This record gives sequence, C-alpha cells and structure tokens, in this order.
Amino acid sequence: MKRITLFAGHYGSGKTNIAVNYALQLRKALGRDKDILVADLDIVNPYFRTKDSCAVLQENGIKLICSEYANSNLDIPSLPSEMYAITDTPSYAVIDVGGDDRGALALGRLSAKIKAENNYENLMVINMFRPLTRTPDQTVEVMREIEAAGNIPFTALVNNSNLGPLTSADDILRSLEYAEKISRLTGLEVKMTSVDARLFESLQGKVEDLFSLTLQPKIF
Amino acid sequence: MADKVLMKGNEAIAEAAIIAGCRHYFGYPITPQTEIAAYMAKRMPKIGGTFLQAESEIAAINMVYGVASTGLRVMTSSSSPGISLKSEGLSYLAGADLPSFIVNVQRGGPGLGGIQPSQSDYFQATKAGGHGDFRMIVLAPASVQEMAELTVHGFDLADKYRMTSMILADGTMGQMMEPVSLDFKIAEPVEKPWATTGTQMKREHNIVNSLFLSPDVLERTNFERFKKYDTVCENEVMYEEYMMDDAEICIAAFGIAARVSKNAIVEARKRGIKVGMIRPITLWPFPEKQFAAAAEKVRAFISVELSMGQMIEDIRLAVNGKAPVTLCNRVGGMIPSPDEVLDAIIKVSEGGNN
Repeated sequence: MKRITLFAGHYGSGKTNIAVNYALQLRKALGRDKDILVADLDIVNPYFRTKDSCAVLQENGIKLICSEYANSNLDIPSLPSEMYAITDTPSYAVIDVGGDDRGALALGRLSAKIKAENNYENLMVINMFRPLTRTPDQTVEVMREIEAAGNIPFTALVNNSNLGPLTSADDILRSLEYAEKISRLTGLEVKMTSVDARLFESLQGKVEDLFSLTLQPKIF
Repeated sequence: MADKVLMKGNEAIAEAAIIAGCRHYFGYPITPQTEIAAYMAKRMPKIGGTFLQAESEIAAINMVYGVASTGLRVMTSSSSPGISLKSEGLSYLAGADLPSFIVNVQRGGPGLGGIQPSQSDYFQATKAGGHGDFRMIVLAPASVQEMAELTVHGFDLADKYRMTSMILADGTMGQMMEPVSLDFKIAEPVEKPWATTGTQMKREHNIVNSLFLSPDVLERTNFERFKKYDTVCENEVMYEEYMMDDAEICIAAFGIAARVSKNAIVEARKRGIKVGMIRPITLWPFPEKQFAAAAEKVRAFISVELSMGQMIEDIRLAVNGKAPVTLCNRVGGMIPSPDEVLDAIIKVSEGGNN
C-alpha cells in the first residue's frame, strides 16, 4: 500500500465521499496505531466538504486537514499551513483534490515532493452520469486537464458512476464498459468500482474490486 | 434511467438554457451560482455561443439588454447582492418590454451576508425588482429537475409576454445534485417584429427604448403593460397541492422550504394531524385564488420560509383574515429542519398562534 492516496476528478464525481470512506477503510486495514490523515485541498467549492464528516473521522482517530473556512460564510480560497504534513510527516495520507483542473491547481504546490518520494497513488474518479464526462473521450479530456494543473500523472481509475439515490445495480453494470474504455484509452487499471452500500450485496461477485460507500443522510 | 444525468441545480439551469436556444450568457461570478457561469464557459464555445464574463453585474445586465433588443434568447445569473446591482437593468428591460431570463440563486443577507442558502429576496423579486411600475414572472423550483424545466418555461414565457422571467432559487437548489431528464418540449419560436435586426432598407427603424418624452404616452404605455400583466395573472399561475384534500392546516412553502415541509407533513400525518401544503411554483403571479379557496376549508396556515417572513404577506392578503397565518422560519443561511416544521405544525394543531 502506498503512503499517499490522491482522489481527483471532475467536480461532483464523488471524490469527497470516496476519500472519507477510503480513509475509514484504511483505518481498519492498518489498525489503531498508525497515523492517518485526510487532507481536503479544494480551493474552489465551499460546499459538500470533508468537514461534513469531521465527527466520524475524529471517532476513528483520523486527522482532518482542511480550510478553516470550509462550511462557513467566508468564501475564500485558502489552505492551512498544516497541509505540509502530507509531505513532511510519515502519516498515511488520503487527499481529496478539488474538482476539475481549477480545483487541482493547489496540488501543484506539493507535487514535486510527492513525486520525489514516489510512494503515492493518484486516482482519477469517473462518473459516466455527469453531463460533461458522459463519454470516454470527454472524460479523458478532463483527466488530462487535471493532470496538467496538478502536475502529477494519474496511476489508476476509480469508477464511481452513479445517479445519486436513484442509482440501480443495472446503472453500475452498464458503467463497466465505459470505465473499461477509459482504461484502454489511458493504459490505467480500474482500481475499484465504488457503490452506495445499499447496492453492494446485489453487485458482489458481478463487479471486480467493489468498494462500498456509506453516504451522508439526507434531510430533504 | 439511460436518459438521465446527475446534475447540480446550477448546471441543470445552464444546460436547459442551451437546450432552450440561449446562445448568449453574460455574468459575473458569485457564490453560490458560479457553476452556471463555469458550465457556460465550457459549453458555449463548443456550440457557437457567447460566454462573456463581464466587468461587473451592471455591465452584464446591460449586455442582456443589448442582445434582447435583437430578439435573441439571452440570460444572466447571479446571487442576491449581484441581483441588487442588476436591478437598474431589470427596470430598463421592463421599460423597453424586452424578453429576458434572469437567475437568482439566493444567499443570506442583507448586505454581503453569507454564502449559505436563503429565500430573503422574495420581496425584491416579486415586488421591487427595480424602480418604476413593473412586474417580473418569478419561478421557484423545488428540485433539480424543476430547475431545468422552469428554465425552459421561463424562456418561453419571457418571449410570449415580452417581459423578464426570473428563477428564484436558493443556494441549496443550486448546489444539490439529482438525476435529471433533459428531454424537453420547446415551444414554437415567437415572432419578434419589434427586434432591431437591421432594416435591409425595407422597413422603418425599430426602436428599443425606455425613455418617453411625452408623459401621456408614458402613462398609456404603463396602462397597456399592466393589462398584459393581468393576462399573465389569469393564465400563468403554477402551484402544487400536496395532501390538501382533507387538510385542516395548510403549509405554504416554496423551494427548499417545501421539500423540508413535505417530510414534516408525512410525520405529522403519522400522528393524526391533517396537514397539507400549497407550494407556489410561480411566486409572481402568486396563486392567490388557491390560497383564498383553501381559507374556506382549513383553520390555519403556516408559512415556512428562509426569511424573516416575506411570502407570508401575500398569503395574508389572499386569505383575507379568514384564518390565522403564522410563520416558521430560519434565516442567515440556516434551513429549518423537518422537526422544527413538525413542532410548528403541532403547536398550531394544539391551538397556539405561534
């Protein structure tokens, strides 16, 4: 397992939910005594942040690094100096990169050190039901823009194709071909297919490397 | 679900506008509606349209005026403080009888306020969009699907009545993601013989203007414009009734407040309280007849709003004293929880007034 795992992709592709779930999974795999941190590098979107999950991360002894203004009324593109803990401490790090190329720009500040250490995995999160990444070609275009902005090449794909709460098991099965095509176009493997926990059982055995996501409850 | 896509409310507005034939977008970024501009910036160059980030909101609304004068479909979008800046332009658009489509994804106010959701621009949208006597059609979506549908409808209404139609959404509606079907029926294009498209030396010049040198002509123009508004009130009211058949208490709510209220109504019904909801979809024209009719049946109204109580004034006017109307509200970027609305329902059902 690599020390640093990055999740990047088109905005709204599901990076934040996956990063939080992945960090919790990492805690189970590594046991209680390893240091784990989640870093939210989003400088674009002030909503739907890792901070929404700060209680569950805290319960699991996972340090959260994010803008002190996340979820506040102040809309300012800032990151705390603590973010250097990603490269300057031996913690396992799960990084939630901001959406699109504009969101990935902040990653450029850390990319040289991350690449020099060479103990990372950079995962492109893809969702065929998002309007601007519906086809493999469109998705690869967005992927190249993000790579150019963040200055770290992707190492694998995460297929997170979904239609929100209305996603059916069939939707997931249909997305496999889309993910496979992107894999062939880029030479990157599909590391996992992430699905809402409610679909996990019905897809087990049908989809390789299935990853279950616990999503936040909705109140409206 | 092959035909559906997962969209943010803001993206749904942008894509629906493109489907409706809008090829001109002018705006200035402001949270929580920036995704509309970002989406247009990506899409417009690919389809031969114009995306332009103006130097200010005031510049953007005047660019809308320019394109609208040529009869083409055009839009701008902003959030509360930005709409205040556009209000001079909204008045000029009304004075020149130009069709335009405006989006306000509201945030907490007054002033710079905050970036979290709000509905406190109800007065501004329905009563005071700018100086002078005029109205705008105000549409209040309560789902991402409606964000898209009402955008298409808004363009159609604007052309049909030669006036501004506005989507009045809030930060939650703009930011939330839901599956959307983009399969729309687009109305037949409206003839625009008044548009300034060049005379080809074959006709008199068309003039688009809101300045009238003679007071009596200005008076006549105003009276005629208000006759048009009467037609809009007669024909274009939209609303949804939810569990109103046997209701003894009627909730009034739009947008995100209506979604929260539906959950509260389901809970209240489990406790045997007969409560329903009228959800205005057009805030202007307001469904006053529907509220007046409900006042004959129910014993109380509760207005659930993300404001200090603005729509409640229109409900009270429509109900005309026949039943008490109380307010259940959160402000400053906060959203009432279903439990808070349920508490308000229980209080009213037990005979309290607040």
